[in-house]
Amino acid sequence: MNKFISTLICFLVFNLSFAQSQSGPQMADAFRENGKIYVVIAVIAIIFVSIIAFLIYIERKIKNINDKVNKKS
Amino acid sequence: MVKHWYKIVATLFILYTIFAGLLSPVPRLDILNETIRNLFYHVPIWFALIFMMFFSLVYSLIALRNNKIESDIKAKDAALVGFFMALPGIATGCLWAKFTWGTWWTFEDPKLNGVAVSVLIYAAYFILRSSVDDEQKRLKLAAVYNVFAFVMMMVFIMVLPRIQDSLHPGNGGNPAFAKYDLDSNMRLVFYPAVIGWVLFSYWLYKIVNSLSNIQYKISNE
Repeated sequence: MNKFISTLICFLVFNLSFAQSQSGPQMADAFRENGKIYVVIAVIAIIFVSIIAFLIYIERKIKNINDKVNKKS
Repeated sequence: MVKHWYKIVATLFILYTIFAGLLSPVPRLDILNETIRNLFYHVPIWFALIFMMFFSLVYSLIALRNNKIESDIKAKDAALVGFFMALPGIATGCLWAKFTWGTWWTFEDPKLNGVAVSVLIYAAYFILRSSVDDEQKRLKLAAVYNVFAFVMMMVFIMVLPRIQDSLHPGNGGNPAFAKYDLDSNMRLVFYPAVIGWVLFSYWLYKIVNSLSNIQYKISNE
């Protein structure tokens, strides 16, 4: 009986460790499953696009000044 | 519109990497977990930096040949953009290292030490340039020093880490990116990210350079 129980425990422990190795390294699966990751990506994208828009604005300003300097000289 | 192609490509490619970089499937690896996605953001910054420093080197060589102050200014501006790329590069690297290697900074990694020394070398380049008043002399000194600086940077961040043991992938005798880039899904995001950031750094350089040209013209009147 004792042997049977210890075998059972060994088997269970083995099974448990096997199940763990099957699930693999932790990844943000739940994070993606609920779908709201898109909101975060949209926010990052909006920030990036506004930075780009600001860069274009600065560039036009510089071009304006450049033309003025060139006209003077 | 044709003149601005690189700005459009840079914006679209970086936007694409924001979307695809966070959504595309990545290999499941222990310790790295989801931080493997940093490959799409941290590494392209360094590629852009190396591109900018190479660009700077090319203009330094051109300046030595044609002795034009404009070429010297171009070399300085490219190095400046590259220099400022190092700041987010080091900051993101520290953050990534904290959560995977367990420390903000380790002196056992030759790449980290090499980057620190390279930043100082380029800081010395700007100081050297600003310490010489005579324009022609400054052009020659800065250009010659820049050749030295670029070679030293390549030795410190590309050659030495490959010879010694390094925590960075692709170093210490490992083939570059083999562990991560085996996944062709990641290549689809990583290569556009590199192109996007290289072109973006070129755009920043153009803005800085036009400002420097205005400054040069005004001070010469």
